Order: sequence, then C-alpha cells, then structure tokens
Amino acid sequence: MTVGVLALQGSFNEHIAALRRLGVQGVEIRKADQLLTVSSLIIPGGESTTMAKLAEYHNLFPALREFVKTGKPVWGTCAGLIFLADRAVGQKEGGQELVGGLDCTVHRNYFGSQIQSFEADISVPQLTSKEGGPETFRGVFIRAPAVLDVGPDVEVLADYPVPSNKVLYSSSTVQIQEEDALPETRVIVAVKQRNLLATAFHPELTADTRWHSYFIKMTKELEQGASSSSSSTIVSVGETSLGPEQAKPDLPIFQ
Amino acid sequence: MEGTGVVAVYGNGAITEAKKSPFSVKVGLAQMLRGGVIMDVVNVEQARIAEEAGACAVMALERVPADIRAQGGVARMSDPQMIKDIKQAVTIPVMAKARIGHFVEAQILEAIGIDYIDESEVLTLADEDHHINKHNFRIPFVCGCRNLGEALRRIREGAAMIRTKGEAGTGNIIEAVRHVRSVMGDIRVLRNMDDDEVFTFAKKLAAPYDLVMQTKQLGRLPVVQFAAGGVATPADAALMMQLGCDGVFVGSGIFKSGDPARRARAIVQAVTHYSDPEMLVEVSCGLGEAMVGINLNDEKVERFANRSE
Repeated sequence: MTVGVLALQGSFNEHIAALRRLGVQGVEIRKADQLLTVSSLIIPGGESTTMAKLAEYHNLFPALREFVKTGKPVWGTCAGLIFLADRAVGQKEGGQELVGGLDCTVHRNYFGSQIQSFEADISVPQLTSKEGGPETFRGVFIRAPAVLDVGPDVEVLADYPVPSNKVLYSSSTVQIQEEDALPETRVIVAVKQRNLLATAFHPELTADTRWHSYFIKMTKELEQGASSSSSSTIVSVGETSLGPEQAKPDLPIFQ
Repeated sequence: MEGTGVVAVYGNGAITEAKKSPFSVKVGLAQMLRGGVIMDVVNVEQARIAEEAGACAVMALERVPADIRAQGGVARMSDPQMIKDIKQAVTIPVMAKARIGHFVEAQILEAIGIDYIDESEVLTLADEDHHINKHNFRIPFVCGCRNLGEALRRIREGAAMIRTKGEAGTGNIIEAVRHVRSVMGDIRVLRNMDDDEVFTFAKKLAAPYDLVMQTKQLGRLPVVQFAAGGVATPADAALMMQLGCDGVFVGSGIFKSGDPARRARAIVQAVTHYSDPEMLVEVSCGLGEAMVGINLNDEKVERFANRSE
C-alpha cells in the first residue's frame, strides 16, 4: 500500500516521515497522473492559498475532485481541511478554489495569526477507542482553521473550547451569534465523512502516530468494503517494503 | 531517539514556557512554509501580486535590498502602518524585518501581530555585538547565517528558522551558494565525525556543543532552513532547493524585474518542481528582463553578510 502525499508546498516531508515510522511508504504527488498510482491521499498543512495556486497552475483540481469522488480515502490537515471543505470563509480577495467533498463550512485562519498559534491537549474519544493510547492528543494549531458547521453525514471527531466572548465570524450571509449564558463554545477541529478525514491541527508535527494509523486503517476498511471477496490483496502495514530509496534526513519533532 | 527522531531542543525551558509559545509552535509555522517562496514587498499592491503568484508568505519592508544598496543611509524597521496595511490586504503570513540587536523594534512588530520577524543584516545594525534574545518573545524569528556555527548560535539565541545570508540586493547567487555549501558541507563533515571529535569541532565552529551534536544526529539543521540573498531566476531558486534548502526568500529579484507577476509565479513553480528540468524549462520561458545584477568582485560593493557574526 502506498499513500500519496500532495507535495506542492507545506509539511509533506513531515507526513512522509510519520508514515515511515508506521512502516508505510508515502510518495510525493505533484502531478495529476501520479494520483493514479496511489490508493489514498494526504493533503498536508501549508499555506492553502499557495497550494491552491500551485494546484491551479498544473490543473490538479479536476484530478483531485475525481480522486475524492471515487471514494478513495483522503485526509487533509490544516490547509488540507480547507481544500476538502465544501465552503470556506475568510479567504483572500477573490476567493480560492477548493476541492470540496466534505459537507462543512471552514473558517480559514480562525484562530488568528502566528502569535495566537498554540498547542493543546484535545480530547479524542473515537481515536482512543480505535487506536488506544491516552485519552487526549497533543494538537498543534498553527494559524489554524476551524469547522463552523457540518452537514448531517459528517462525524465530529474532536472539538476545542473557545472563550465565548470571541467574535467568531460575521458577514451578510453567515452570522454566528454568541449567547452570554454559555461559559464557552466549542469549535470543531476534526471531522470524518465516509472516505474523508480532516483535522485542523497537525498530527504530522507530533510523535503520536495514532491519526496516521487511523487513516491507514480507514484505507484498509474501505478497500475491504470495495472488494470484499479478495481480502488477500491487502498488504499488512509491517510487511510493506520501503524500497532502496534512502530516507532524507528530516526535522526533529519538538516537545 | 534514533527511531522516532523526537528531540527537545530546549527541554521545555522556563523561558519559552512562561510566554506560552513553545518552540514547537514557533518552528511549526516555518514547517508550514517549507517548499515555498517568501517575497519582499513594499506596498499593498505588491503584496497582492505576491499572494496571487503563490508566495507562501510576504516580507513587508520599506525598501527592497537593491534600493537600500543604491540609496544608502540608515535602513530601519518599516512604518508599522504600512505593515498593518499589508497584513490587512493578504491572508498569507506576513513577516517584517527588525535591525540586529534592536529588541524594541521586535517588540513593536510583535505588538502589531505579524507572523514572523526577520532579524536582518540587510537593515543597518543596532548592536554590533549582541543579537536579540529571541527567547523573550512569543513571536518566532528567522535569522541569517553564513556557516554552520553562525546558524547554531542564532538557534541558541532562539531563532526558529534560519536563512542563508547570501548577498541581498545584488541579484547575484554566488554568495548564497557559498553559504549554503558551507552549512551543508560542515554538516556532512560532522555526520562522518567520531563522537569524540565533536567537542573540538564545536569549539572551532564557536557553537553550543549540544546543538552541534544534535545536528550530527539529525544530519541537518534542527530548524527549517531557507535560502536568501541573490535569487533572481527560477533556476536560482531550484538550485537552492537542490542544494538542500527547505524554501527560498526572494527580495529584489521579483519587483526589480521586467514582469514581476510572471517571474514571481515562475519562481514559485520552480521551487515546487525543483528537481524536474522539463518543468523548469516551461516556467523559465519568456519571463522578460531579470533584475540587473551586481558583480561581487568589485571591492566597493558593501557586504551586508559580513555585518554580523
């Protein structure tokens, strides 16, 4: 099994390193035809505006939409979440193209600029029930987006409390009112909808590989569902050969 | 440690803890910028052009290095109003430059709420001996270096991102190549070195031993490393990437050229597809005039890179 990682810009090296720790090969995807060789795709963190521009230059959007439609698993972290969302607010002037597929509204850069970036232990019940380990996950939020609302098919995997006096977002079309009675509100930071997984934070920047493992299991389950008769085609994670390619030295994980 | 690559550069030091901005978050943004191009802009229009072209961040400043070179005088932090206007105009991260050692300029930039500070030798020095103690800030810093020792000294002072100095505002890549080669070459020497020899090597570099050892174990700098100073063409940018940098700063190279929008876009694409010569041909075609370069054999050209150690 090879997992494709969209390598236009951003933290694709970190994702490939996290996959390597699980014994799974990650391949860099820069062109549309490379998408045909992989069974699942990770859209990494980075600058979503930049990634959208690069995808547009090389006409990647139709191929990405096709990939999402075929039901192959796709996971977006941070900028990737914005890519997968059907609706996004807080974009640059003139907007930006999205892949879509995930029935939710994302607020780009919800938490503010770098000075408001933070780390927090977030509660992840679904992940813990499936992958074990501690009840919480160390979420790194870098100029992070957040999910404002989700459609009925979308499963919320994690949320994060924000002070209720924060002015969330308002425009002529969408208005989010805060009630004074509430001590705090919670914004959604991780969601799943069938083959799509999205997180507002960056699991690739932490040593905890549970989200990557969760995504790989998702891939396997979907593959099994698609071809229930031929379960032998699924290669176990441990057996995957990493090939002769020498791993590039990569950045450390900071604690 | 070998298997997971997990390290703690400052071991959750008290200095960074108190300010609630751990080093991981500071490096985190730099990691998000990897594989991208950061462009110098002097006004809102240029910032928009850069964003449209696909820059992953913009550096807001009053004069591009080529103009600082040409006009002389003291170069300082830009007008905060101008930086605010640019921050308003774009959604990508905004960086700004502070003078080396001028921690009050850094405090002002932090208060504006920009995303990264460049403590830059391109501006006139404020302190000949001391850099800013970057641990005291919640905002992350990027600093220049000419060699491995200088890079590790800056990291010890709290820099969360390193760029090679090159020679800003010249459109001449020679110094950037020299500095990248020097850093990478020293890391290669270090990797093959016996552990017993690292103490003396650290002394020779004038860098903290623990960071030298960490660099040896990682096989690279422990933070994101960009190239800067002299990048003028897509080929220059791809050269920097192939030499092992994580991304590229382009200063005067874009807005001092004939067709900034096209050149900006071409350099962005060249950084993504840096190892694909056919793609580089495609993006390098018909870009119009490149910026006029400066020959660095001329003794009279001031070397910004030598302003700090």
